[in-house]
Amino acid sequence: MRLLQSTQMRRVLGLGPALGIIGFFMVVPIAIIIVFSFMKSNPYGGVNPEFSLEAYKQFLFERNLMDELVFNAAYLRIFGRSFLLAIGTTALCLLIGFPTAYYMSRQPARRKNLMVFLVTIPFWTNLLIRAYCWILLLRDTGIINNYLIKWGIIDEPLTMLYTNFAIFLGLVYTHIPFMVLPIYARVEKLDFNLLEAAHDLYASRQQLMRHVILPLAAPGIIAGSLLVFVPCLGDFIIPNLLGGGKHLMIGSLIQLQFGGSRNWPFGSAAALILMSFVLIAMMIYVWGPGRKMKPEGDA
Amino acid sequence: MPKPAIEIKNVTKIFQGHTGHPVTALDHVSLTIEDNEFFTLLGPSGCGKTTLLRLIAGFEYPTQGEIVLFGDSIRGLPPQQRPVNTVFQHYALFPHMTVAENVGFPLKMQGQRPDEMTRTAARMLDLVKMADFGDRMPDQLSGGQQQRVALARALAPQPKVLLLDEPLSALDLKLRQEMRVELKNLQRQTGITFVFVTHDQVEALTMSDRIAVMSMGRLQQEGTPIAIYEQPVNRFVADFIGETNFIQSTIAGIENSGARCTIGPGTTLGTGATADKGKGDAVTLAIRPEKIRLVKSDGAADGLQGRVAECIYTGTDTNYQVELENSDVRLVVRGRNAITGETLFKVGETVVLNVAEGAARILAD
Ligand SMILES: Nc1ncnc2c1ncn2[C@@H]1O[C@H](COP(=O)(O)OP(=O)(O)O)[C@@H](O)[C@H]1O
Ligand SMILES: [Mg+2]
Repeated sequence: MRLLQSTQMRRVLGLGPALGIIGFFMVVPIAIIIVFSFMKSNPYGGVNPEFSLEAYKQFLFERNLMDELVFNAAYLRIFGRSFLLAIGTTALCLLIGFPTAYYMSRQPARRKNLMVFLVTIPFWTNLLIRAYCWILLLRDTGIINNYLIKWGIIDEPLTMLYTNFAIFLGLVYTHIPFMVLPIYARVEKLDFNLLEAAHDLYASRQQLMRHVILPLAAPGIIAGSLLVFVPCLGDFIIPNLLGGGKHLMIGSLIQLQFGGSRNWPFGSAAALILMSFVLIAMMIYVWGPGRKMKPEGDA
Repeated sequence: MPKPAIEIKNVTKIFQGHTGHPVTALDHVSLTIEDNEFFTLLGPSGCGKTTLLRLIAGFEYPTQGEIVLFGDSIRGLPPQQRPVNTVFQHYALFPHMTVAENVGFPLKMQGQRPDEMTRTAARMLDLVKMADFGDRMPDQLSGGQQQRVALARALAPQPKVLLLDEPLSALDLKLRQEMRVELKNLQRQTGITFVFVTHDQVEALTMSDRIAVMSMGRLQQEGTPIAIYEQPVNRFVADFIGETNFIQSTIAGIENSGARCTIGPGTTLGTGATADKGKGDAVTLAIRPEKIRLVKSDGAADGLQGRVAECIYTGTDTNYQVELENSDVRLVVRGRNAITGETLFKVGETVVLNVAEGAARILAD
């Protein structure tokens, strides 16, 4: 009994610093945001300490001149657009990332390490600088347009910068390593004998991919998808720089509330709504198909 | 005349190693494996057994030569199009599928109906005595059980040939002995041609209909276990399989059925077939330790005389090291122990060695 208590004690003591850091740097800020979201905004920044549901109402409704609540879909549309963009980015990252990771994993050991190294190179440079490079590439007088015109492929510059296309491109570009690396970590460990066994047992290349490689790579695919989807959803640097802030995203919206709009409660509420969506995605990961690692039977 | 299951025709396989030095894993190997046969590839590690199996399965292609399966060349066919299945050394069960799904996998790939598939899988699991384990995941099974599942999975699509790459080497001794008997029974029951790879001579001798002994990528000898054991063609085979005394000698004269060889001053030994050697040729003789019988010497008896230099007790037998008189040759002789368990001879005793007719063989090289 005493032994049990002492090991429990030790466990708590051992976890103490970690729990302290997580508690202080995660739980406290989230608690503050929750509290803020139920308060009234102060036009000079900060909040007035009065209880109010105004922030949450503002998400779906606006007040007209008669001070009546009218349904307003503007913010929902921003959420919808952000979701679509995040889903599209995740899908494209997966489509490019999976074959890349698989190809990398089939190389000889030295080539493999070199390729992992190459994938991480973009992390060496600040995201802002890389985003500005894309501006140089994409703008009307940018490198791409200049060459297309020089080679006579087009006469007028293509408008690429400050479009949804630019945001999409930027998001895929910045997030693709987060898809490649977890999938690579997973397929790199794939037992080569299993692939030979599958062929030996009459699996064609497609069947091998579908029934052996994909199910075994599933945890990596899910982890990669989360690592792309979640940050994409809240990203504001790429939408602001490459989208020119014309197409508001959730991230930009939240940033705006704490900045120019000085509506901290609404910013907090939007952040919490975003977070609850992320939590749902995480829960699907924890309890979803990745856990069981069993592919669905197709009868 | 039924067609042989597999004909290996003058096959050479050269790997381009990482360092750039080519490695000859198989060197002009020719073999014929009959239908319904339990055929064993035997040889030390690195002699090319796995390579030959992988060529038959289709994971590698020969650098030279050809492999014929039931009369048809399988040149260029990928593994999924060969009616041949492999039991891998480390089983290679799919970790994300249950035991039943693993066994059903090849049937599913062949497009069998699900109900038929389930029935076949159940029958196969029954065959390997794993009927109650269908719902388990592979990592919930012991090594021996995984082995059985791997067998059931490879047998499920009823291949014409089953390839087994050292399937027993990862099991402990007791289980290994059990599985030897079971594998042999399974082969008889199914009538499928088994090509079995091992580096364990006991395994090869006890299970096989025929054995091919390999060394350094070359085929050394092909034959029944008895032929391989009793008539090894060269020093490698005689040494690798069982225990053998090797004696350097010269042929003193040719007799009607064999030769008489000098093994020391005034000491000669009658041998079996001469292997195309003539009088005066230096030859290597091979004698199995159990083909020599020791008799107590009364000093006057004729025949080979010797003195027991060492006794090594091994349970049912004792291995005696006997120094020959008039010669620096030392022979290992195996003798049964007395029913009371005592060894029959003591160190220092003088003995007569009775060598059975034809027991001393002249090796070809
Ligand atoms: N993929 C390969 N690349 C280079 N050398 C190989 C390869 N596979 C086998 N070898 C070489 O071929 C020889 C025979 O190997 P193997 O067939 O595995 O022998 P065994 O199964 O009898 O132990 C060894 O020298 C081995 O190093
Ligand atoms: Mg091997």
